[in-house]
Amino acid sequence: MRDAVAELVSDGDTVAIEGFTHLISFAAGHEIIRQRKRDLTLCRLTPDLIYDQMVAAGCARKLVFSWLGNPGVGSLHAVRRWSEGERPRLEMEEYSHFGMVCRYTAGAMQLPFFPLRSYAETDLPRANPLIRPIESPFAHETLYAVPPLAPDVTIVHAQRADAAGDTQVWGLLGCQKEAAFAASRVIVVVEDLVDESVIRADPNRTILPGLVVDAVVVEPFGAHPSYAQGYYDRDNAFYLEWDAISRDEKALQRWLDEWVLGLAGRHEYVEKMGSERMLGLRPTPAPSGSVDYGEYR
Amino acid sequence: MSPANSFSAAEMMIVAAARELAGQRVCFVGVGLPNIAVNLARCTVAPELELVYEAGVFGALPARLPLSIGDPTIVTGATAVTSMFELFGYYLQGGLIDVGFLGAAQIDRQANINTTVIGRYEAPKTRLPGSGGACEIAQNARSIFVIMRQSPRSFVERLDFRTSVGDRVSVVVTDLGIYHMVDGELRLDSIHPGVTLDRVRATMGWEPIVGDPLAETEPPGAEELRLIREELDPAGVYTT
Repeated sequence: MRDAVAELVSDGDTVAIEGFTHLISFAAGHEIIRQRKRDLTLCRLTPDLIYDQMVAAGCARKLVFSWLGNPGVGSLHAVRRWSEGERPRLEMEEYSHFGMVCRYTAGAMQLPFFPLRSYAETDLPRANPLIRPIESPFAHETLYAVPPLAPDVTIVHAQRADAAGDTQVWGLLGCQKEAAFAASRVIVVVEDLVDESVIRADPNRTILPGLVVDAVVVEPFGAHPSYAQGYYDRDNAFYLEWDAISRDEKALQRWLDEWVLGLAGRHEYVEKMGSERMLGLRPTPAPSGSVDYGEYR
Repeated sequence: MSPANSFSAAEMMIVAAARELAGQRVCFVGVGLPNIAVNLARCTVAPELELVYEAGVFGALPARLPLSIGDPTIVTGATAVTSMFELFGYYLQGGLIDVGFLGAAQIDRQANINTTVIGRYEAPKTRLPGSGGACEIAQNARSIFVIMRQSPRSFVERLDFRTSVGDRVSVVVTDLGIYHMVDGELRLDSIHPGVTLDRVRATMGWEPIVGDPLAETEPPGAEELRLIREELDPAGVYTT
């Protein structure tokens, strides 16, 4: 992880660590904090705790997002401290969920914009002048367009990949595929590194071919306190604990010192969390039925 | 936990919203009260209801109460898991959603909704979460249900920011009563047991149109309360 972040993430980059509730690469976010990257433009539909932590650590210049909160709990207190009042220290560029997804899609498809039926008669286009009305070339109809979003680096967490970067995900898919295809560089972080034959036995489950992946990093529990379907549950208790930690700037900085800056990497974080907590998040198995792809010679 | 003959404001809101779902088929669910209301409706007045979650799930069968909108329990056993592009593009913008649930920090008499900021956008007094999927749900679902608590701060004459338009809102359920949209304006049609019209008027920033006759909401029944307390929210996370 240290090498991947050092080589592929630079100060001033536009970075997307995607994953909708599911598969959020906290391991990569923490490494970016440890390497004290600065002036990043951080993109995510839901900035979640990882961007609250990265903002508090001073990594971010700007947030690009669609829903800013601690899901199921309340506010992101560090982001609020940086963005409220007369002199906000953090730039904000906001869309809706579909607007963000369409931005990544346009980025992946190399389109100059993407049209959608959102935003009419709302204040969002006034708050963000990059959301613009567009006339249909085929009918008298006004839609709204959003510009492409092509991150310098997209980081996704996945259940498994092979050494070439061929990546498979199951459970919520979010918009990792779009965000990765849109990016100049892609880091994939996985629970399991598998043989190419495992990928080839189930090609429908592949979201990214190695062709678009620049680095594969193996970090079991790398998405904690987010989750990995079939591997470990979302640590909802941590999301609740973060509410208390992040309300107090000093407590938050102490947490970063203890759990991020003071540790060498994810293995130490997992060890420090303790096996009881981590193994307690393992679900009981519910394997899929398998399908028969057939052999065609 | 309240005894069976009494109930909390949250329980009344859940039951009132669930009853309004009778006859509906495809419902876009939010976390918290909407999630419980939709699951209660499926056990009572709307057994055919399909649960859709913005995280990319159609036909969810959650085995536990999800804390977040992307809980793994909405995936296991679902009919379909899709990318968010498909969910918002084909299912929502494609016109397949009958009812969408929204919450609100502020609402006005035309049921326009603010979930973005309190104060000026450029220098907000309170930064709220923003749209998420709300602005597109408001524009693309056939009808919108709003569940929220009402107070002078939330039922306002003028929104600080318009995140979602109220055109498709059909019902607003609060801790005090039930409103329906009639000719583009919210009409108070029912007040909950123990609530007076004066109290409702005192907690909103405009003079409401009042239904004639103004009904009293039927209190939650024993079976509705049993389902909420024993099956849908046994820990009382949202309902006590």
